[in-house]
Amino acid sequence: MLAPRLICKFSIFWVLSKGVILAVFCKKSNCCFLRILLEFLRMVKMKVKFCGVEFKNPTVLASGVLGVTAASLKRVVENGAGGVTTKSIWLKPHEGHKNPTMFGTEHYFMNAVGLSDAGIEKAKDLFAEYGRPAPLIASIVAGKNYEFAKVATEVAKMRPDIIEINISCPNVEDEFGTPFACSAVSAAAVVKSVKDAIKDEKFKIPVIVKLSPNVPSIASIASACAEAGADGFCAINTIGPGMAIDLKLRRPILTNRVGGVSGPGIKPVAVKCVNDIWRITRLPVIGTGGVMTGEDAIEMMMAGATLVGIGTMVYYRGVEGFSAIVDEMKAWCEKNGVKDLNEIIGCVNKSGT
Amino acid sequence: MQSGNLKFDSRPKILPIKKIVKETENIWTFIFDYSEFSHFGASKPGQFVMLWIPGVDEKPFSIAYDDGNEFWLTIAKVGPATVELFKLKTGDLIGVRGPFGTHYEFVAGEHLALLAGGYGAAPMYNVACAALAVGCKVEFIVGARNKDLLLYEGRVKELAKKYKGKIKYHAATDDGSAGYKGYNTDVLAQVLKKKAGLWDGNVRGDKIDRVFACGPEIMMKKAAEMAVKAKTKCQISLERYMKCGFGVCGQCCMDDSGICVCKDGSVYDGAAALKLREFGRYHRDGVGRMVVR
Repeated sequence: MLAPRLICKFSIFWVLSKGVILAVFCKKSNCCFLRILLEFLRMVKMKVKFCGVEFKNPTVLASGVLGVTAASLKRVVENGAGGVTTKSIWLKPHEGHKNPTMFGTEHYFMNAVGLSDAGIEKAKDLFAEYGRPAPLIASIVAGKNYEFAKVATEVAKMRPDIIEINISCPNVEDEFGTPFACSAVSAAAVVKSVKDAIKDEKFKIPVIVKLSPNVPSIASIASACAEAGADGFCAINTIGPGMAIDLKLRRPILTNRVGGVSGPGIKPVAVKCVNDIWRITRLPVIGTGGVMTGEDAIEMMMAGATLVGIGTMVYYRGVEGFSAIVDEMKAWCEKNGVKDLNEIIGCVNKSGT
Repeated sequence: MQSGNLKFDSRPKILPIKKIVKETENIWTFIFDYSEFSHFGASKPGQFVMLWIPGVDEKPFSIAYDDGNEFWLTIAKVGPATVELFKLKTGDLIGVRGPFGTHYEFVAGEHLALLAGGYGAAPMYNVACAALAVGCKVEFIVGARNKDLLLYEGRVKELAKKYKGKIKYHAATDDGSAGYKGYNTDVLAQVLKKKAGLWDGNVRGDKIDRVFACGPEIMMKKAAEMAVKAKTKCQISLERYMKCGFGVCGQCCMDDSGICVCKDGSVYDGAAALKLREFGRYHRDGVGRMVVR
């Protein structure tokens, strides 16, 4: 017991001496010195581990936003994100829908980009250029089960930190029919073929599934995926699809007629889905949907999310919003005496509800 | 009744085409009446709008003029979307989102060199109008392949009549059918050396304060290099494939700083643009594939 106390005393001394040196160096008032000291003592542990991968903070760029190029992903990391997700990668180039593909309002945002992507060849360039300033989650998509296996095999060679299977995009139904994520059997089948496809890889890459909220029971889908070998989840994808009509033109605004709904308004649905998944599987979840502020992110973690996916926020707060959210999370923790963010993950279920 | 916070409402506003002016066979100016939405305020020179041709597509276009009640877009018939646009007539409804992006920045009374290549003449006219109105001096340098493709010549000459001694029009054509025979950047070089321009009238003591360029990327690159060499401030207008217009989709991000052209541009500092790896070298198509120039 003596040793830790000694270390503790020593570190306080160290902090104080550094603080004094700093204060003298800055030639500023006592106030500055106190602030530095306080900040040092108040430090909140923001680091989280997700499927064995360490993230410097729980914020992760969601797939589909600012993910076309490595440069843009790096910029998101520079702006404070703990990790980033690529746009969904297809085996071959895939044209999306024609514009208008997205618009926002105060409470919600809609998009029907239609999963445009240049395919696996371009993804190779992206991986080569990214240089890993923060963990990279590769989102993959395909129209058929066996294609998922193929694209996963190719993507695994590029060694992403995590593979995210996108089986829940709501705005390509005209092309590919009902998303796999709407059926427990289909969802589990995709998970199984992806897991099988990459099981011989030397570097074990965790596989997570992006689930759709547009189902009667997301918990049953999640447990089917877990049984099929999923290592975690990302939830939720956009809601709906929804539809918005221009009154003057009397026609849908989105060229695709319908599009996924995201933004502030969908947060309660996302929180509920994350909690449903967490309660039944106890697997790590990237809680995504309607997170605009640090408190939203805290709420998502309380529901069971280890990481917090952030996408549409960029529309409301810009890419700078990532660092703002991290700061807000820290501030909340300080105010509420939380020293380590890991304490609050899934805490709603720890209190017996 | 409008509800909610308009700041975050990026749904298209539906406007009638007020008038169509044919500049050439394939380049028309569409004039839109937005008095119904004038509470949003006028755009700033260099900004763009996303123009929705209902049922077809939505594309970005630079604003060529905006007085707070109407704005102009000068558009060339080049692709499937514009082919459909050119089938519309006065009174037809169209969707507009924006204005988006950054704008050309100047201070009242400065001496500006505006370099326009081809279609770039239209947004530069917008800059000239705004600059002259606050007492700036303007060198308006336009380049085109030949005389018939010199856009906005008449309008700029009208400006020259209205603001005597404040604006000088310089044309450059590849075939010499009008003005200087050669590149417009050669004219810019002369202007930067004070060997051409408003100094003809013995205007003493002032140099070019800023160079603004809009046109082919290779031309803008040259202009930016010249401005950096002459230690003159410079802004150029970037152009990339766009989807959202407000910095979310990532389609127009440029290497290797990852700036969004739609939000951090399209008007961008010339010296900073020269540091972008892809500037003047390549761009990306609708799925994000690299296309080398």
